[in-house]
Amino acid sequence: MSVSKNHWSKNEMVDQVIEMLSDGSSLNLGIGIPTLIAQRIPPEKGIWIHSENGVLGVAGRPTPQSVSATLINAGKETISVKKGASYFDSSMSFGMIRGGHIDVCVLGGMQVDAEGSLANWMIPGKKVTGMGGAMDLVHGAKLVIVMLTHFSKRGEVKLLHRCTLPLTGKGVVHKIVTDLGVFTPTGESFQIEKLAPGVTEEQLGIPDGLLSLAK
Amino acid sequence: MTSKVFKDAKAALFDMKDGASVMSGGFGLCGIPENSILEIRRLGLKNLHAISNNIGNSGRGLAWLLKEKQISQATCSYVGGNPDLEEQMLANEVEVTLVPQGTFSERIRAAGMGIRGFYTPAGSGTEVAEGKESRTFDMPCLLELPLTADFAIIKAQKGDAYGNLWFQETARNFSPLMAMAAKVTIVEVEELVELGEILPENVHLPGVFVQRIYQGADYENTIEIPVFEDQN
Repeated sequence: MSVSKNHWSKNEMVDQVIEMLSDGSSLNLGIGIPTLIAQRIPPEKGIWIHSENGVLGVAGRPTPQSVSATLINAGKETISVKKGASYFDSSMSFGMIRGGHIDVCVLGGMQVDAEGSLANWMIPGKKVTGMGGAMDLVHGAKLVIVMLTHFSKRGEVKLLHRCTLPLTGKGVVHKIVTDLGVFTPTGESFQIEKLAPGVTEEQLGIPDGLLSLAK
Repeated sequence: MTSKVFKDAKAALFDMKDGASVMSGGFGLCGIPENSILEIRRLGLKNLHAISNNIGNSGRGLAWLLKEKQISQATCSYVGGNPDLEEQMLANEVEVTLVPQGTFSERIRAAGMGIRGFYTPAGSGTEVAEGKESRTFDMPCLLELPLTADFAIIKAQKGDAYGNLWFQETARNFSPLMAMAAKVTIVEVEELVELGEILPENVHLPGVFVQRIYQGADYENTIEIPVFEDQN
């Protein structure tokens, strides 16, 4: 299965996620594509971005003059904060997550399945990144969104009947945004919410029985 | 009154031995206790159990000890960005226990706060659940137990002679929790200040949790991934 020429750019994927955010909500962003979201959120939406290393109120990037070695996000990248931001220790940070105080989290993924399970922390014998905060986030945030490219570099579809890699969480994902569309895992299938312009169901590489249309 | 203030890392780490379990604060390289880690390297201690979110990163911090093969056991949540650890993990040179980050921080906090165990959904339905007692409340949860250590080595921006600490920005992360959990907590500070200089309402960690404190020196404060406004 080759990747379609018709697909969303990373920024267009980000815009799909931003459409799902309610004004004033609290948002945790995972490492990778999700970090791009911070730069594209319109300030008037009043979103509070949380990073699990201990900051609420992330706002873009510093200048070479304002940069600080002690102000980073969970991806270890330098950040700046907006007025009203706060710093706290890791226990309070994960208490915000576990306690249901974070409205939305957006994570990257290696595989996601129709049951809403996510795999994003290791490929046995090949690659281990560790789960970091992902296992806490998938159970804590009210809305769990996974952002990933639809196909791997080897052309394998990442939306499966069941994940084959070790799980991050079982039945935890609410929405999936790929470069080809937006999907909801229903348990038995992937419900198509939206497809990128020009993309057809056949291009999704998902067996017919695993696809359903939004009601 | 015996003083908690030590001259330097060498004086403060006088009784750390081979095989010790050592919690080390910091997220990536942010807020790491550089002086204490370098002293452990100088002492050449072996067979250490390092408990730290990343066990160093980008070849620095605790990775200084990984390079010298001083760490045989590691408990952490994330390996990405730490090629020294990933390599020694896949070669079975370091026994790595991966713990979900929220569970990691809460197990450390629990040890310091006298909590004997707690239930959390993180990891249920995954490999992390293997061998653990589970119980369903509103959702399936795992029983997690406190995590303690012989020593905690942490760094704060400011501290006083009693051990009251103030952390800068996101450098706080796991450090106050580790200070509460370990048998002996050794703090290095950028500024050792007079008692009272950190106002009581600004104390992030009360000094009762700290056994030793010293003024650190020669901080690198490495920025791992600098990203600036105009690069967006």
